[in-house]
Amino acid sequence: MELLVASAIGILTAGGIYLMLRLRTFPVILGISLLTYAVNVFLFASGRLSVGAPPILRDGVEVYTDPLPQALVLTAIVISFGMTAVVVMIALGAYLGSDDDHVDDAPDEASKGTGDAA
Amino acid sequence: MTHWIIAPVVLPALLAPFIVLAARYHIGIQRVFSVAGVLALISVAAGLAWQASDGTITLYQLGDWAAPFGIVLVADRLSTLMVLLTAVLALFVLLYAIGSEWDNRGRHFHALFQFQLMGIMGAFLTGDLFNLFVFFEVLLIASYGLMIHSGGNARLRAGVQYVLFNLLGSTLFLFALGAIYAEAGTLNMADLAQRVRLIDGAETVGIRLAAVLLLLVFAIKAAVLPLHFWLPSSYAEAPAPVAALFAIMTKVGAYAIIRVYTMIFSPDLDVTAGLHTTWLMPAALASLAIGMIGVLAARHLDRLVAFAVIGSMGMVMVAISLFTPTSITAALYYTVHSTLAAAALFLIVDLVRTGRADLNLIAQPVVPGAALTSALFFLAAIAMAGLPPLSGFVGKLLVLDAAFSTSAAAWIWAVVLSSSLICVVGFSRAGSTLFWKAKSMPVADEAAEPPATTPAPATLSYVAVGGLLALLVAHTVFAGPATAYMADISDQLFNPEPYIETVLDTPGKLSTPKEGY
Repeated sequence: MELLVASAIGILTAGGIYLMLRLRTFPVILGISLLTYAVNVFLFASGRLSVGAPPILRDGVEVYTDPLPQALVLTAIVISFGMTAVVVMIALGAYLGSDDDHVDDAPDEASKGTGDAA
Repeated sequence: MTHWIIAPVVLPALLAPFIVLAARYHIGIQRVFSVAGVLALISVAAGLAWQASDGTITLYQLGDWAAPFGIVLVADRLSTLMVLLTAVLALFVLLYAIGSEWDNRGRHFHALFQFQLMGIMGAFLTGDLFNLFVFFEVLLIASYGLMIHSGGNARLRAGVQYVLFNLLGSTLFLFALGAIYAEAGTLNMADLAQRVRLIDGAETVGIRLAAVLLLLVFAIKAAVLPLHFWLPSSYAEAPAPVAALFAIMTKVGAYAIIRVYTMIFSPDLDVTAGLHTTWLMPAALASLAIGMIGVLAARHLDRLVAFAVIGSMGMVMVAISLFTPTSITAALYYTVHSTLAAAALFLIVDLVRTGRADLNLIAQPVVPGAALTSALFFLAAIAMAGLPPLSGFVGKLLVLDAAFSTSAAAWIWAVVLSSSLICVVGFSRAGSTLFWKAKSMPVADEAAEPPATTPAPATLSYVAVGGLLALLVAHTVFAGPATAYMADISDQLFNPEPYIETVLDTPGKLSTPKEGY
């Protein structure tokens, strides 16, 4: 199971970073989403992987799973969900306004600017 | 247990929804409540700072849960200083926003402003790393709204870059937190400080990785090279009062680095040995150099100021990366200076914009109010470039002095002094083009319509900028007491035992006896 979880995190992260480096907003947002999925699984695994163990104290149970990472993941999911919604709205606004969904500065802007386009 | 510590978080948190729900159509009422809220915030912050000034560390356990299990807020000298600085800065920024009518150019400025303050205050006060992440997100999501306040294509495009960069930063933050939790089993800063010391020397891979990731995250916030790319266009395109408020946001990153890397991953630790000197120092020197070169190369006034912010953050980070008590003293003094100077400059950029089509650094005919604006620009530029007699000079001296006896002294002195020269040249070129050459510009045509129909900026705007500059002057005049207090702060930072004891030994619900680890 360790291999499965670790490779899932790795593949999600790699895909996320690849998409993050694209030029247009849509793949970049998809990449961010993939990265947040990866980090959610990663956080989940940070409390050690154990199957079938309860997170809450109970009589007659010896092995427990750590409940804290689950709370952390919950917070992280809510926040990343909200943030993704915000970035979609802003990107949509920028796209509809300028009819161009490149993430970087447009060439004419870059030549007007001061080299911050890098 | 005093409840005042949570007031800087709760007050804006209650005020913002009130403004959205009850006063959304009445800009006048919004302004009154927003200013009143910030004034109350200043008095609470001053009270907290006074309480902490004698070295007392006050603890607030949320829900009365004891420390490693519950979330705690901690008010020590450093956090109360930053809270007070934020509150004071917020007042002047708010006055400017009202005076220049920026708050009326889009919806919900005041509500977002209060949420932003809530996030910043929380980030300064919290004693828990995950809670720090949550407050980072609160301040970021408010800043996304403020960043694109009043719209416009250029602003929205810059906003997309800003949001995406910060989302990536948040994700990295979560990776770092996960790695720390997996290694140490806690996210409470005081608890971590103890546990990281117990990690066996042979098994430090995970915690090293976490320390580097965390440093990366804070470096993104602090816009340290090579993670600064988000700053120039977002600060230049953001509305002026928002950019001025953002002056404190880069300092949140610097604050987090100071806090985490003095208490948890202190330089004397095997686990993180070399991290500060090998990685942080060159990056800081590079951002100082690139920032000031950017000042010289900028063709727009707003980008010029944005690069000056990068440069001054580089200066702060140079001082931090030495990680000695004297250098942290210098870093804190320069942080206060750089916040006020950067905020004043962003507001002045907006004053310059009045009556001009754009902020290209080319001479244009004189507009009303240019004389006063140019005088303010002159003062703020002196402060930012670090020329005597203002506090930038004192701050730079402190940094140079702190670096004098270290091995990197030659590098630091060379970069700081040469970048100062470049910065002076950049600012004087901009100032003389904008204000001096304007005098010699011929009025285009006798027959042509004079473009000078725009009124001079409102008095309140000048009051706000003047207030920030007056604070800078006060920061210079009282440099002696100020540095003495900063020295007290760094003394407290380098002796974290009282902090750790206060956090971990205060009883609450679920407190365990000391041997129950």
